[in-house]
Amino acid sequence: MSHTLDRLAFFTRKTQLFSDGHGVLTNDDRSWEEAYRNRWRHDKIVRSTHGVNCTGSCSWKIYVKGGIVTWETQQTDYPRTRPELPNHEPRGCARGASYSWYLYSANRVKYPLIRSRLVRQWRKARATLSPVAAWASIQNDPAKRDDYVAMRGSGGFIRATWDEVTEIIAAANAYTIKTWGPDRIFGFSPIPAMSMVSYAAGARYLQLIGGVCGSFYDWYCDLPPASPQTWGEQTDVAESADWFNSSFLILWGSNVPQTRTPDAHFYTEARYRGAKSVVICPDYSEASKFSDLWLAVKQGTDAALGMAFGHVILKEFHVDRQVPYFRDYLRKYSDLPMLVRLVPQDGAYVPERLLRAAEFDKALGETNNPDWKTVAIDEKTGKVVVPNGSIGFRWGEDGKWNLEEKSGRGRDTVLRLGLKGAHDEIAAVRFPYFGGAATNGFAVTDHPEVLVRNVPVKRMKLPEGEVLVACVYDLFLANYGVDQGFGGDHMPASYDEVEPYSPAWAEAITTVPKDQIIAVARGFAGNAEKTNGKSMVIIGAAMNHWFHMDMNYRAAINMLVMCGCVGQSGGGWSHYVGQEKLRPQTGWAPLAFATDWIRPPRQQNSTSFFYAHSDQWRYETVEMSEILSPTAPEGVWDGAMIDFNAKAERLGWLPSAPALRTNPLEVVKAADAAGVDARDYTLQQLKSGDLKLSCMDPDDPANWPRNMFIWRSNLLGSSGKGHEYFLKHLLGAQNGVQGKDLGETGGQKPKEVAWRDEAPEGKLDLLVTLDFRMSTTAVYSDIVLPTATWYEKNDLNTSDMHPFIHPLGAAVDPAWESKSDWEIFKAIAKTFSAVAPEVLGVERDVVLTPIQHDSAAELAQPFDVRDWSKGECEAVPGKTMPQITIVERDYPNTYKRFTALGPLLSKAGNGGKGLNWKTDHEVDLLRALNGEVLDEGQTLGMPRIDTDIDACETILMLAPETNGEVAVRAWGALEKQTGREHVHLASPKEDEKIRFRDLVAQPRKIISSPTWSGIESEHVCYTAGYTNVHELIPWRTLTGRQQLYQDHLWMRAFGEALCVYRPPIDLKTTHVRCHKPNGQTEIVLNFITPHQKWGIHSTYSDNLMMLTLNRGGPVVWLSETDAARAGIVDNDWIEVFNVNGALTARAVVSQRIREGTTFMYHAQEKIVNTPGSQITGKRGGIHNSVTRTVLKPTHMIGGYAQLAYGFNYYGTVGSNRDEFVVVRKMTKVDWLEETLNVKDFAQ
Amino acid sequence: MMLLNQILFGVYPYIALVVLALGSVIRFDREQYTWRTGSSQLLRRRQLVTGSILFHLGILVIFGGHFVGLLTPIWVFEAMGVSHGAKQVLAMTAGGVAGVMCMAGALLLLHRRLFDPRIRATSSFGDTAILIILTLQLALGLATIPVSAQHLDGHEMVKFMNWAQGIFTFNPDAAGFVADVHPIFKAHLALGMTILLVFPFTRLVHMLSAPIWYLNRRGWQLVRTRRSLPLPPHPVLPTTIIQARRPEAAE
Repeated sequence: MSHTLDRLAFFTRKTQLFSDGHGVLTNDDRSWEEAYRNRWRHDKIVRSTHGVNCTGSCSWKIYVKGGIVTWETQQTDYPRTRPELPNHEPRGCARGASYSWYLYSANRVKYPLIRSRLVRQWRKARATLSPVAAWASIQNDPAKRDDYVAMRGSGGFIRATWDEVTEIIAAANAYTIKTWGPDRIFGFSPIPAMSMVSYAAGARYLQLIGGVCGSFYDWYCDLPPASPQTWGEQTDVAESADWFNSSFLILWGSNVPQTRTPDAHFYTEARYRGAKSVVICPDYSEASKFSDLWLAVKQGTDAALGMAFGHVILKEFHVDRQVPYFRDYLRKYSDLPMLVRLVPQDGAYVPERLLRAAEFDKALGETNNPDWKTVAIDEKTGKVVVPNGSIGFRWGEDGKWNLEEKSGRGRDTVLRLGLKGAHDEIAAVRFPYFGGAATNGFAVTDHPEVLVRNVPVKRMKLPEGEVLVACVYDLFLANYGVDQGFGGDHMPASYDEVEPYSPAWAEAITTVPKDQIIAVARGFAGNAEKTNGKSMVIIGAAMNHWFHMDMNYRAAINMLVMCGCVGQSGGGWSHYVGQEKLRPQTGWAPLAFATDWIRPPRQQNSTSFFYAHSDQWRYETVEMSEILSPTAPEGVWDGAMIDFNAKAERLGWLPSAPALRTNPLEVVKAADAAGVDARDYTLQQLKSGDLKLSCMDPDDPANWPRNMFIWRSNLLGSSGKGHEYFLKHLLGAQNGVQGKDLGETGGQKPKEVAWRDEAPEGKLDLLVTLDFRMSTTAVYSDIVLPTATWYEKNDLNTSDMHPFIHPLGAAVDPAWESKSDWEIFKAIAKTFSAVAPEVLGVERDVVLTPIQHDSAAELAQPFDVRDWSKGECEAVPGKTMPQITIVERDYPNTYKRFTALGPLLSKAGNGGKGLNWKTDHEVDLLRALNGEVLDEGQTLGMPRIDTDIDACETILMLAPETNGEVAVRAWGALEKQTGREHVHLASPKEDEKIRFRDLVAQPRKIISSPTWSGIESEHVCYTAGYTNVHELIPWRTLTGRQQLYQDHLWMRAFGEALCVYRPPIDLKTTHVRCHKPNGQTEIVLNFITPHQKWGIHSTYSDNLMMLTLNRGGPVVWLSETDAARAGIVDNDWIEVFNVNGALTARAVVSQRIREGTTFMYHAQEKIVNTPGSQITGKRGGIHNSVTRTVLKPTHMIGGYAQLAYGFNYYGTVGSNRDEFVVVRKMTKVDWLEETLNVKDFAQ
Repeated sequence: MMLLNQILFGVYPYIALVVLALGSVIRFDREQYTWRTGSSQLLRRRQLVTGSILFHLGILVIFGGHFVGLLTPIWVFEAMGVSHGAKQVLAMTAGGVAGVMCMAGALLLLHRRLFDPRIRATSSFGDTAILIILTLQLALGLATIPVSAQHLDGHEMVKFMNWAQGIFTFNPDAAGFVADVHPIFKAHLALGMTILLVFPFTRLVHMLSAPIWYLNRRGWQLVRTRRSLPLPPHPVLPTTIIQARRPEAAE
């Protein structure tokens, strides 16, 4: 009752001894224990997960007490797996368990914030002017604009009201649409799978007003271009449970326990089950200790290792001894039986493109798309046949797009693998070799740049004349240096000869002992032989983030195909790099891209966009001659990187935003005035050159992006490769760029893209960021909108790592004045609809779209590359140039359209990946489920999408993965194309419809759908390529098979028709070494940016709990030897810099790191514990301060079957690991805490 | 003037003592989690060990001296044959030595509290204020020594004993005993009572807690049982629940 009185019980205190006086019983008060009970008492538990760039998608219990989220713990109620397979749980790691810290942290954005200088001008202008006029008055006065633009990143935020900020944003958008064109409004938001509705909110708004959505997967360099190149598929991988089914696991550049923590238990369990495991990575990673063998490969040389593995496998399992399963697999599921034309070059031959049916007399009887049907030789008859399944069968005819062993005429065939024994002669064929020259200390071997090797060939009489033809299989073997008895230059006769690509050769390049290489190759293939393909490669960012990532990946993919692993449970390629599988993609896309109202959407590949618009091209150091193949066909291969990108945009390969120099709304008006059809008018004007493409002059103010939205992303603190260039050119903020542009250095400027001596600074009029925390991106923005955290909104989340769809649940209302992304964009749409009529009504817009993969248009440019703008061919929209579409945008009705499901779904159906199905029934069901719009106007009677839960239901209803009825219909659509029966995969679940509240009750397993290549069943785990192999559905490539030979002209020109080893490129950035000495030794190291243990991707690295577990701020890891060389000891402050910029961090000196490399974990926020740099005099940057985007021409290819553009699917990628940096100890740590000298910013 | 004297030394002591007693009880009952020393040792050890030991040793001697010196009835000293003069000389030397030690410690602690940025940032107003008050009080106490040295007969000291004992015996004229003492004594007294007044609101409450139960602790393992226990028999007898207990092992 009273603590004081209780203490006064000296004489009445009851005690009793026990256990021989060792123990005492007392009756002392125990009410203090309540404190501990209360600590863990709570009012409710809500299911949610973390909508961050992490593939976990873990189920969490969110505890709420007194209206406050108190903590979270792992949920353990996943649906059980089948017998013998371990269950999924527990899922969740320390990072997720510390998330609730953010909700009430000091770093939470609590109110709408705006740059004070901007709002001051706005209020002044707004006192007398209407909204759009007020915004115009600020933009038209350079002094007023510069006044706030120059302050970006220098503080100065004040609170504003929602009404005011939405009006500013709406006015800026309306002004931009009217003045420059809708495609000057850009939105960047990554990974829809992490919170689909939140992504859809911004994207839907942007697409309704004609803005542009930027891609992320390619920009993050998480997209493996080798996947679309080989399989025509963005990325499809096994769920982590399938690791358990494997008996040989290679972890290649993937640190599973650290970056896939909730899945790592399957790896452990697979090891307990007896699986062998090899880990390949340069550092002693957390994964290394799991392995039987750790191969400490020299960083960046993985392709060399892969080539040597392939060499051993081909020699021992295909040539010296032939494994029937492997050969059968290659015959059925790879392009290796296909025929290739050989053309003369320098006294020998080079492989050209795959031979097509069209080149034969009467096109071998093929009338539909003979240009796109590849040919092979039938083993039985020895005759040339057109096997089913090539991409020509996919479009324009039904029933033959399958992998049955049949020819187009319906005859049974067995394709011949290699011409040996059936050849007419032996030809000398030139193969490029790139391992003879390297920079930055990467090893080289003494071999010529072209290796001439002998290949069996046939002579064929074709209408055009006699043609020399080889089989891909023979070229493939010769390229690997595996001799079939025909010989050639530098053909290794044994594994010990240092000739490409023998194990001894690989040892010279990679430092991995050849014995280990041979042992791993034998183990891998031997296991696959015994198990029919249950060997798996788990592959990670360490492989994909190099400039020549395609080679690393294709080397691994080749091994898997050689051993028949792809498409087998427990086998195949598991690429886990920052991608989360958007499982209900086809249900989500109409919501996100407003294709229920307007088609097509405007989508842009961000890598090319940021390369152009943060002006990184002005500093390009890599010339085409450095990456061109010595066997390149004749042609014009000079020009700058950006010239190649501009060409790709002209030819309809890559998207282009903005597309036209002229406002597209004005183009339509001009056409109307001229009385011409707007589409024809656009084409004519483009042809005549009167209408200019924006890509030809990115620095023209008419071509600048003007407004940008960033949400669910930390673009400037995380993924922004070339961070300092972003700050300088896109934002016009303080920056640390050290180098000079090509104008100043006298470097080679672009040939075609216009050069302006004066580089623009501050292209954006307005940068709006939505975040729940004051991230690095937020501090550089003009307006920061407080958004709901992952425990404050309803949304959906899926992953590639497990087959469940999972909700984000609103455990509490959004704190302070924050709102969910859905509500924020809804509010902006509402204000926009009110503000827009000042300048905009119902407008027509010209949309240019690249030739799309998985559409009939992907059969666009079968043979050569011809440029219509140079008169090399006719300009045909959608064929030789971008598709041109005129769409109507009803600006005053933006809000109404945003909140209702539009009419196009009922009219045009839904679909994806080349399939289309009717969906009017689902629209009716949604009308009943969500209710219909009751307000007068154009949306009256349509299904409502008012709340975030309405949006979730829309996705779930439309997607085959969550609606069995749609799944059955979708499989039916595919049956028509393949002529085979597939519906059995979904029919048992036809009656299943998953709704949002089902997910809240328990995560649900998705339903098998033809938009993915694996299935969900009680018998196998989800694994990629499963339906290709077991249902005989072709891969969506030129041959319909796994495409190991890339025959496009640019692929051949850049030496990547077949997989080869290419050393890292030289970015020439470290020549600033010792230019600004501070008396310390300066050393040069390779700069590697893996994912960390204390945070993943764009969040968590400012989380105090996680910071406490590490060093409390940015760190860079160094090897002991390098540290000693530079006089650095553990925890010293160091500076890392090169021509791109500088960053500051503490040193972690560790034996784990390989000499010559330095690790800086990705996305450590510069807002935490970051002092000034002695080099720049500015605050130290982020990891991307020392990087710059470099493009690769082969990623720009389009209009060519699997090499056709898809959003987040194909396109240039932002690699960054070829970067070298200078590292030195800092002599003075300056925290730059003095007040900003505002005079520096005075006009 | 007499009124002020009466209020300060006749009324104020009761206010201070009542607040001290009630305040401490209420705080102990209601705010158990705030009942602590508030040590900053975790933030920085520097200066703490020396400062704290000097301060606490000094203040314990001073506290004991004041307690015994002021509240022991005069007849006790007389019975023991201790003259007032001798007592005063003893008080001045022992108090002086302890006071200097305590002052050195207090200054170290004060310097640390004010100039160490971490400690300053985590200090409450009360933490800093009480340390300043204690230091001031020490300074005043030390400053009385030269004054006391003017009259070594112990006569003045008897006034304070009478006053202090008068307060506790509810003598309404107690304030009169100190009406004519040197102002520096008055300041020392007034500040001393203020310390008693603010005591329950500061970390000083830690003085009231000491691990005295250890002194009488009988076993090694302590179980706060929910069972109702009988009053302790002497000696404790075996019960049915706790068997195999030999009575002689009870004590």
